Amino acid sequence: MSLFTRKKSVSLSAIKPELQRIERRFFLKQSLSLGALTMLAGCKLGDEGAVESVLKTMSSWNDGVQAAIFNSSALAKTYTSADITRPFPFNAYYSESRAPIIDGDTYKLELSGLISDKKSWTIPELRQLPQASQITRHICVEGWSAIGQWGGVPFKTFLERIGANMKAKYVGFRCADDYYTSIDMATALHPQTLLALDFPEGPNPKKYGYPVKLRVPTKLGFKNPKFITAILVTNDYPGGYWEDQGYNWFSGS
Amino acid sequence: MDRMTTPRAGSIADDKPDKIIHPVMVRITHWINAIAIVMMVMSGWRIYNASPLFDFRFPSELTLGGWLGGAIAWHFAAMWLLVINGAVYLGYGLYSEHFKKDFLPLRIADLIADTRAALTFKLDHESGHYNSVQRLLYLGVIGVILLVVLSGLAIWKPVQLYYLTSLLGGYEIARHVHFFAMSGIVAFVLVHLTLVILVPKTLPPMFTGRAYRKEMESQT
Repeated sequence: MSLFTRKKSVSLSAIKPELQRIERRFFLKQSLSLGALTMLAGCKLGDEGAVESVLKTMSSWNDGVQAAIFNSSALAKTYTSADITRPFPFNAYYSESRAPIIDGDTYKLELSGLISDKKSWTIPELRQLPQASQITRHICVEGWSAIGQWGGVPFKTFLERIGANMKAKYVGFRCADDYYTSIDMATALHPQTLLALDFPEGPNPKKYGYPVKLRVPTKLGFKNPKFITAILVTNDYPGGYWEDQGYNWFSGS
Repeated sequence: MDRMTTPRAGSIADDKPDKIIHPVMVRITHWINAIAIVMMVMSGWRIYNASPLFDFRFPSELTLGGWLGGAIAWHFAAMWLLVINGAVYLGYGLYSEHFKKDFLPLRIADLIADTRAALTFKLDHESGHYNSVQRLLYLGVIGVILLVVLSGLAIWKPVQLYYLTSLLGGYEIARHVHFFAMSGIVAFVLVHLTLVILVPKTLPPMFTGRAYRKEMESQT
């Protein structure tokens, strides 16, 4: 034991730049399949970085384009309960059996960043805020879609209530399953963006993100974090689990 | 590429051996489009593989991007190349009357006669002149590329462009339309490449713009 404890411990922040470099290399390796190399016949292998940087530049450009065409009064189509997909598909970066089960009685939603009232919230407190419900289509980045019903607090109402700085650029989310993501403020304030407390019906509705999920019908599924434990309002780009690996950040619908 | 000089005035109409049969704008947009289509189709196949609509997947070796995130990055980068280049081509085609002069009129009677001749290998290739089967195929593929772009926009932005998505029957139907439009483009490319292999003299003018001297002599 003493042999191992003598080893110098390494903090995450100290190795973060190195981890990011490794992640970037990973993204690069994966984006350049044999097919890509065939496409780039004639280019030196040293140009791989150039290709990746063009793809990243285009993805940022697409973030800007999507933000520019985002219309806060354009609503996602709503459906009737007859249209609901049953059972609603489970999807995460892990299998369904590994979905966290959270104790709603001890749960607390933590707040940080550009928020005037940073006190944490319990489920009964969230239930006391105005509630709304929607039946909308969830579209996955993979292409499939499913119609589900979610209920909860309109996110704009919640942001107003906590005194969030509405001029901030980003709202970030940290989740009990170690997932994290972030959205733009315009989308956070969209009338259909919901801090969901009620989930699609099924044998185990808790796996869909209990007790708190962000339902954003104007974004792809991976921008709808489940099992949220902390919300951050910030001007510093918070990234996301998939976004940091190369998914387009805005990913609006 | 340095040979891509602008045609001299009157060179399109006269029958000199070096006459331009493919204007420089058509050649440039053709090759950019070819690159864009290959990138879009190969990255699209990788995106398809993430959640197949039908009971098959495309072989990974034929896809671009390596994984879903990479494929999406390629797809949404190359879409700008496809759309901007396509818009330049359509603008040029209308302004220069390339469509009007080369693809129209398209008559059913000619089409039946030319199809019959083509299937019995009696349809001669005349450089600089589009027979009615070619007219149908080129107008058709322009239409199918327009459809693939519109259905692509419909599934990319079903909320912001809801009118387009509902015009195409909603998200799921638009997704199928996008797939079948891609299939139409791939079918066109296969026929197009087969014909280039069968009639190889059609390939050099797509780079130089000029018909072969030998061929021009045989035609006169």
